[in-house]
Amino acid sequence: MILIVDLNWQRASLAYNEFVASIASVLAPMDKCVVKHFLEVTPSELGAYRCVVLSGNALKDTEAIKSVNSFGWIKETDKPILGICAGMQIISLVFEVPLTPCLQIGMTEIKTVKENLLFQDSFAAYALHNYSVEPSETFDVLAESARCIQAIRHKHKKIYGVLFHPEVRNQEILKRFVNDISA
Amino acid sequence: MVGMKLGVLFSGGKDSTLALHLAAEKEEVACLITIVSKNKESFMFHTPNIDVTELQAQALELPIVSVATEGKKEEELYDLEKAIIKAKNEHGIDGVVTGAVESVYQASRVQQICNRLSIWCFNPLWKHNQKALLETLLEKNFQVIVSGVFAYPLNEKWLGKQLDAGMIAHLTDLSKTYGLSVTGEGGEIETTVLDSPDFKHKIEVTNSEIMWNFDSGVFLIKKARLVPK
Repeated sequence: MILIVDLNWQRASLAYNEFVASIASVLAPMDKCVVKHFLEVTPSELGAYRCVVLSGNALKDTEAIKSVNSFGWIKETDKPILGICAGMQIISLVFEVPLTPCLQIGMTEIKTVKENLLFQDSFAAYALHNYSVEPSETFDVLAESARCIQAIRHKHKKIYGVLFHPEVRNQEILKRFVNDISA
Repeated sequence: MVGMKLGVLFSGGKDSTLALHLAAEKEEVACLITIVSKNKESFMFHTPNIDVTELQAQALELPIVSVATEGKKEEELYDLEKAIIKAKNEHGIDGVVTGAVESVYQASRVQQICNRLSIWCFNPLWKHNQKALLETLLEKNFQVIVSGVFAYPLNEKWLGKQLDAGMIAHLTDLSKTYGLSVTGEGGEIETTVLDSPDFKHKIEVTNSEIMWNFDSGVFLIKKARLVPK
């Protein structure tokens, strides 16, 4: 089973289809997907899942960031985690790596800067974010745009973050995360 | 964020009317926002029967903010921004809802405007399975007619026809053979909604004309009226 964590401001919100159902529709043919709102995730249940995907959310939505203390389980679990957009920002904050302003809306050129299992070379991706993350000792930078860091990987755990939206363009990145990293 | 007031970018077609329906299930829809493009090949805005949106607004019993545009590629975005500002000032909207399904061009332009105005942007049909979207319309008793066809092998026989299970099956076959988008997302088909769960009255077309030009055509609604449901 795959756990998809809904990072929208409330459960079953008007943004659910856009940021959560769009991920589930890509992953559902690969494994059973369970969706939980971020305030409903309990560390004890994580053993039931092969991996966790943190969704993005709307540009105006700051609730998940304000509730970053609800995501302590990210540090504790050994399950593979992929954070998308706000999901990557949350992963960064949980490990006390600060965000940095970077507004990008629309198709953006992404350049791979470190070899990894999710993507390679340069490719165009859909961006919708106000913030990226600072470079740190905790994460390797896997990809960049001309403006900011676009993908990170924890140096010792199977924790990945992508700032762009692979559920919109580059769906194979989501599939590789499940097949190759969460096998 | 409890009880947001939203403006729906409304063309009168199936996607924006379904987006309105989904928005009304979760939040308050305060107004419709319609761009009347003088360019029939507008990059952003659906055009056949756009004038019917005034009658649809009456059927929905919602105010409508309507702004005209010449429909030049990027200039029409300024007109869209003007319309959203007007809706914000007149109806106090906290955000905008679009019927975008696949178009990154359309979605990102509206996101940019909403970001500039510091309001929310919702795309409740985004990446939705195309066939499932049409089936949802039937399940929810939307009355949808084809008001424009713009791609081979669609012909004048489609114009004015009502969406039903047979049409969905036919479109699905054509998508496999000819690569058409099932929902007309690529601009192959335009639609007009005559009734939906949110309509307080139905629309009846009393005078219409099929206009066909070589390989495309429109079902032009010349006269229509509200009738009880």
